[in-house]
Amino acid sequence: MLAVGTKAPEFSLASTPDQKVQLSQLKGKKVILAFYPADWSPVCSDQMGLYNETLKLFHQHNAELIGISVDSKWSHFAFCQDRKFHFPLLADFEPKGAVAKLYDVYDATEGESQRALFVIDEEGIIRWNYLSPVGMNPGADGILDALESMDKK
Amino acid sequence: MSKLRIAVNSKDHIQGNANAPIELLEYGDYQCPHCGHAYPIIKSIQKKMGAKLKFVFRNFPLAEVHPNAVNAAVSSEAAALQNKFWEMHDHLFEYQSRLDDESLVKYAGQLKLNVEQFETDFEKPELIQKVDADFESGVRSGVNGTPSFFINGEKFNDSWEEETLLSYLETLIK
Repeated sequence: MLAVGTKAPEFSLASTPDQKVQLSQLKGKKVILAFYPADWSPVCSDQMGLYNETLKLFHQHNAELIGISVDSKWSHFAFCQDRKFHFPLLADFEPKGAVAKLYDVYDATEGESQRALFVIDEEGIIRWNYLSPVGMNPGADGILDALESMDKK
Repeated sequence: MSKLRIAVNSKDHIQGNANAPIELLEYGDYQCPHCGHAYPIIKSIQKKMGAKLKFVFRNFPLAEVHPNAVNAAVSSEAAALQNKFWEMHDHLFEYQSRLDDESLVKYAGQLKLNVEQFETDFEKPELIQKVDADFESGVRSGVNGTPSFFINGEKFNDSWEEETLLSYLETLIK
């Protein structure tokens, strides 16, 4: 996975059937990138469901959350609607896993992203990262600790 | 191993021997079916461990998936103001399939609370703040779903089915 201190590579991916999200558009905010293996799978559902409940805590640190998987925009659309997510899920779908590969968190055997977290600062520099065991929901404590320590600087 | 960030304190709801060697803390959601499943398990473990166990419950309502969970948590806090937190806690899990506002008021009546006072207290901002503070302390402690258990301040990541949980707790006493 890309190291802390690295400039976060730029990307532009579909968040809905007719919208795209570009990382550089979020300059001036902190960004939490949550790469995850698959829509609908139990651990991913719990993890994204938890983050959906903790958005308010992220926003207190001027941070936006973005989920990324190799699922298509239509799968994301249905997953978001079903789970009432209030943050975008980006489709790293074509070419498959290109952004996961840029961040060096692609699992080529499974053809999915690994379960990886990055916190990017207002200038687009990676300030924290975490690679979770694939079957483990990493929770939000690491993200919040990172955001808090960034605010102290 | 995640640790409990905010130690058990006077704001917590504590059941059992305050000086027990084992402290079992649950972050739970009254509308979560897994927590409903854990409820009789905890009761049974409390019975078997007696004075060796202290049990603490903190709120972790997942509001987006469980639309009644926050109000159920607030109603337990309102019951606490009339010294009936645990009665309400038990009742909410026993009637988990019906946690709409009307039912919550009905339960207050069934538990012989002063219902008028309960309804007034329900609206107090301190109560929702308490629920939010519990939730935040859970997130900061690494709670990643419900129920999550902490034993003597350490997150317990193994199965909480009675056999595994009880045998783990018993190893701590020896």
